[in-house]
Amino acid sequence: MTEASATTSAAGDLPVDGLLTAVPIALSLLVAGWALVATLRHRAPDRAQFAGLAVLEAALLVLTVVTLIALGGGQRPDEPGSFFGYLTTLVCLPPLAWVLARMEPTRWGSAIVCTICLVTPVVLVRLQQTWTVLGG
Amino acid sequence: MADRRPTERPRAADRTRTNSGPGRLLIAVYLLFAIAATSRAGLQIATRFEAAPMAYLLSAFAAAVYIVAAVGLGRAGRTGRLIALACCTVELVGVVGVGAVSQARPELFPDETVWSGFGSGYGYIPLVLPVLGLFWLWRTRHDLDRAAASRPRPSRVAPDQSFGPPAT
Repeated sequence: MTEASATTSAAGDLPVDGLLTAVPIALSLLVAGWALVATLRHRAPDRAQFAGLAVLEAALLVLTVVTLIALGGGQRPDEPGSFFGYLTTLVCLPPLAWVLARMEPTRWGSAIVCTICLVTPVVLVRLQQTWTVLGG
Repeated sequence: MADRRPTERPRAADRTRTNSGPGRLLIAVYLLFAIAATSRAGLQIATRFEAAPMAYLLSAFAAAVYIVAAVGLGRAGRTGRLIALACCTVELVGVVGVGAVSQARPELFPDETVWSGFGSGYGYIPLVLPVLGLFWLWRTRHDLDRAAASRPRPSRVAPDQSFGPPAT
């Protein structure tokens, strides 16, 4: 998926490609895996999960900034509406996980972090599709 | 790094609160679906409403149901539970009904909705979610009675204020 979009985007010079999405996807899955282990071991969300969420949010903000710079440079996604919808949702996901996990200091807090970190890669892939469609 | 202590086992009194524990996870998933369905419906209605008005209005209705269900589960009082019960029932009927109709008469749904194909576009989660919601409401059905039993009954006589300063 990532290689395919990287080759398409190399031609169209698209910013949402390669590392920009691969890093948050990998991070998100890592946090999801760690949270799943915590859930299965009856552990409340620990500092590692909150730190992971913070790093994930940072990666997503970097992606957002690069995207906005590209938009400023005159590039346009195919469906701007969907693109900005996905982007806004994406940036809100880690904070949502953070707040809900703070409210629920039980194993179910870890389950919430795991769930949201599994949804994030899906939204990222959808975001990538709305952008790649345009450029090609 | 990791917290080595397992979380304390919840006491019997608060083990089955509708809006905590697994309930909070349920609320989180409902919130995600509320966001997904609302933004999708909003976008469809704003950009190409004429293409498939019925499908898009249905999307908007589904979005509203998810939002209200999340609020009902979050409030978790008697009213909240009733609201959640109604929403989960509507969802279940909606996802099964729309799923069946979209299979039998696809021309009625020219564009995807959250509930088309029994929620296949969303990993069948729209089909599983109301079932989980109803199951959770059933599991926590004694929640309120237990909370009422553990609370001191309101006294019908005025509180005795002969000792100490009056309660404010």
